[in-house]
Amino acid sequence: MKIGASKQNLSRFALIYDQIRFEEKALIRAAEELGLSINPLSSKTLVLRSDSPPELDFALIRCISYFRGLHIASILNGLNISTISSFFTLNIAGNKLFATSALLKHGVKTPKTYIAFTPKSAGEAAESLGYPVVLKPVVGSWGRLIALIRDSDTADAIFEDRSYMYPLYQIYYLQEFVEKPSRDIRCIMIGGEPVAAIYRYSPPGDWKTNVAIGGRAEPCEINDELAEISIKASEAVKGEFVGVDIMEAEGRYLVHEINPTPEFKATMSATGKNIAAEVIKYIKRKLRR
Amino acid sequence: MPSCPVCGAEVEVPIDVVEGEILVCEECGAELEVIFEDESVVLAVAELKGEDWGE
Repeated sequence: MKIGASKQNLSRFALIYDQIRFEEKALIRAAEELGLSINPLSSKTLVLRSDSPPELDFALIRCISYFRGLHIASILNGLNISTISSFFTLNIAGNKLFATSALLKHGVKTPKTYIAFTPKSAGEAAESLGYPVVLKPVVGSWGRLIALIRDSDTADAIFEDRSYMYPLYQIYYLQEFVEKPSRDIRCIMIGGEPVAAIYRYSPPGDWKTNVAIGGRAEPCEINDELAEISIKASEAVKGEFVGVDIMEAEGRYLVHEINPTPEFKATMSATGKNIAAEVIKYIKRKLRR
Repeated sequence: MPSCPVCGAEVEVPIDVVEGEILVCEECGAELEVIFEDESVVLAVAELKGEDWGE
């Protein structure tokens, strides 16, 4: 569909997607059940025009491709069409270094992070941080291209590999390896409030906890401290619907990631909380304002 | 019912199917993307994971 070309019969609330996964289907069903007319739009056929804004009040961006979602948010927000997530939130939360900077600025505890821009200085940063260190791409998800580096020989090899990759991978984002239980916490935030949280356990033989790579989920009670750090993290990126990832480290919570287009199948399944319905209720309240 | 482009088996489509929905072929396990073509459903092999895919 070309937005702007055929404006009839369009709801003024769009859900923009690349693929309809469990989450998108649940959102569409929740909107229907809650009486919110929704217009699912595939990004693959979308044309957005600067001289002919789409007749939309609002778009829920659910693109699985980060850059596609980011750029759709950019043009829609530029045309004064509000989105969840906003371009600001997608831009900041979608880049691990930008997110770390926002968390620091807002006083949210986060793992110690060193940044370097060449293989040599990255090696020095790793030595200074102390092995093992975790190297992450500044943009990436589902644990992809994250390396746990245990010694300088491995570090040198990985940094050299990175030097032949796209420049974004040559931003060497190094973090302390935080000793923690074999789990982390995902807290779903809607409208700045924690709605549900799960423990995500590492799959067997892996140190990463992403459910996308086979991690197991269990419900997690949201205590005051967890709520407080999740709220501050969400505020740091002006999040309206985000997933805050938190590590438990020696009795303290550390935020290590904020996801601006969160998946929530595992959270719904583990907690029984209808995240999709909560998102739609929030959007209905937002549209009434 | 539309057929799987990988193994040819018929694939059941939910009544409330949406374009872009991912279905799994029960015969061969292929992940298939729903495409609406001339008011009927056809299936294509779903795109492999992209470099920037995620949350």
